Amino acid sequence: MRGTCVRGLLGPQNRHLWFWIFIGPFVLGLTLFTYVPLAWSVYLSFFDAHNTVSPTDFVGLDNYAAMLGDDAFTDSLVTFLVFTAFIVPATYALSLSLALMVNRLRWAQAFFRSVFFLPVACSYVVAALIWKMSIFNGVRFGLANTVLDWFGADQIAWLSTTDPPWYWLVIVTVRLWLQAGFYMVLFLAGLQRISPRLYEAAAVDGARPGWQVFRHITFPQLRATSVAVVLLLVINAFQAFDEFYNLLSDSRGYPPYARPPLVYLYYTALGQGQNLGLGSAGAVILALIIAVVTVVQARWFGLGRKDD
Amino acid sequence: MPTPPKSRDVRDALVGVGRAVRLVLLLALALVFLIPFYLLVRNGLSSEADITSPGWTFFPGELHWSNVRELFDDPNVPMAHALLNSSLIAVLTTVGTLLLASLAGYGLARIPYAYANVVFYWILGTLMVPAAVTFVPSFVLVSSLGWVSTLRGLVVPTLFSAVAAFIFRQYFLGFPRELEDAARVDGLGYWRTYWRVVVPNSRPVFAAVGTIVFIGAWNSFLWPLVIGQDRDAWTVQVALSTFTTAQTVNLHELFMAAAVSIVPLLVVFLVLQRYIVTGVERTGIDD
Repeated sequence: MRGTCVRGLLGPQNRHLWFWIFIGPFVLGLTLFTYVPLAWSVYLSFFDAHNTVSPTDFVGLDNYAAMLGDDAFTDSLVTFLVFTAFIVPATYALSLSLALMVNRLRWAQAFFRSVFFLPVACSYVVAALIWKMSIFNGVRFGLANTVLDWFGADQIAWLSTTDPPWYWLVIVTVRLWLQAGFYMVLFLAGLQRISPRLYEAAAVDGARPGWQVFRHITFPQLRATSVAVVLLLVINAFQAFDEFYNLLSDSRGYPPYARPPLVYLYYTALGQGQNLGLGSAGAVILALIIAVVTVVQARWFGLGRKDD
Repeated sequence: MPTPPKSRDVRDALVGVGRAVRLVLLLALALVFLIPFYLLVRNGLSSEADITSPGWTFFPGELHWSNVRELFDDPNVPMAHALLNSSLIAVLTTVGTLLLASLAGYGLARIPYAYANVVFYWILGTLMVPAAVTFVPSFVLVSSLGWVSTLRGLVVPTLFSAVAAFIFRQYFLGFPRELEDAARVDGLGYWRTYWRVVVPNSRPVFAAVGTIVFIGAWNSFLWPLVIGQDRDAWTVQVALSTFTTAQTVNLHELFMAAAVSIVPLLVVFLVLQRYIVTGVERTGIDD
């Protein structure tokens, strides 16, 4: 009797219940660990919250004013812009070039694809270690300075030279190495979706293989992939933390230059002073900027437009 | 401006030259991409003097395999403990994410429910909130739960991946309905249909999402740095970072530790590479 009762309740006809059995735990967790912190962050940002997560001192928009009036924070936004201006076009060009070259290989395609994709398995921490302690070492034993020495050039203290800002070269190349292979795979997938008939038609029309075919067939056909790649690159650039932190901070702390927003927020909220209210205000500002940039970009590129 | 027509021989020769140039370029780039890995192993197996020698050479004088033992014997470097932490975190995160996200994805794709769209947008909405930006409030939440420096604090908040749920939903939408219908005729409910029919027939997508999640969990840095504050809760990445920035460790040990830290991923990578590639293509949101 009880058995039939349970079976009736848990039977496939009871769809509402089954829907929530499948989805409930996930939605609950997502709410608790994304939406609740978000709401809490907005709440905290209106309070003076030093060293406490249950503040009592309401300060209104003071934290926002302090954050936006703080040169270190606005400088960190500029750092992000400069970083994005370098890393997005560089990664785009390198990953697309790699994909074009690997795609047409008749042999050893899997080998080259693996080699370029391999850095994806490496962490930013490990990569930053190699870059900082082995390639772009400021003293004589680094690879870059050894190569410079072969050509009779002077040694460079890569990470501490601010004029010219050689540290940018270190920061951009480490991320380029780590992520180019990932985007190459996206482009390879895009290239494989292009119909061979388009290339046949182009050949019949007399288009020369190479630049002409790339410009009029391949590149336009990769539009959807390109939009996705640029969008992901910008979002990821905005979240830069690992390589900056590991390349530039040392036992003396973090230098005042090349400090992107997340690094600055990390030190504000969790460093000495633990100013969680101020840190929350910064996080909210940053989240808003990212949301606006993402939406503007998506509209600009017409993401989701059904044109193919 | 039309170019003068070329003879077939000339054109063939040009194509051949182009191909050769491309191959040389690819080989050069491949070498550049592999050099950092080489440096990692080179320094890890060198003596301290070879790493810091002013007369830097590409090949070290001799290889010191004893560096491996030295690393694990050094009481100042909690490498074995950090490896254990990272392994636990990566495995638990992967298993948990696969379970939660695949159930959610299947429910969204297959169980008809009036408010399914609302729930779907509620999930997608979190994609607009970059996880890295919420680390301050998430830290606040986790610390008020008393989870700082605990395995729970390191794993549980990372288990709810909207991207993974989205990939599973897209995949299950394309899953052949005939298989499920046959199970239905046999009298299986949603639950048993899912476990006995759908999961066993979806191994590639589980492998793809699983490897991506595993790599992400193993390599993640900001969250373990924020939450794993006690030395006992350090992951491999946090331990390495601490030594890089504090410079309290010998360079050869540091490089050996870094080399050891990528071994698990290289194994996963080599065994499951084709799943990673299809998985990455699947996350390419451009369909």
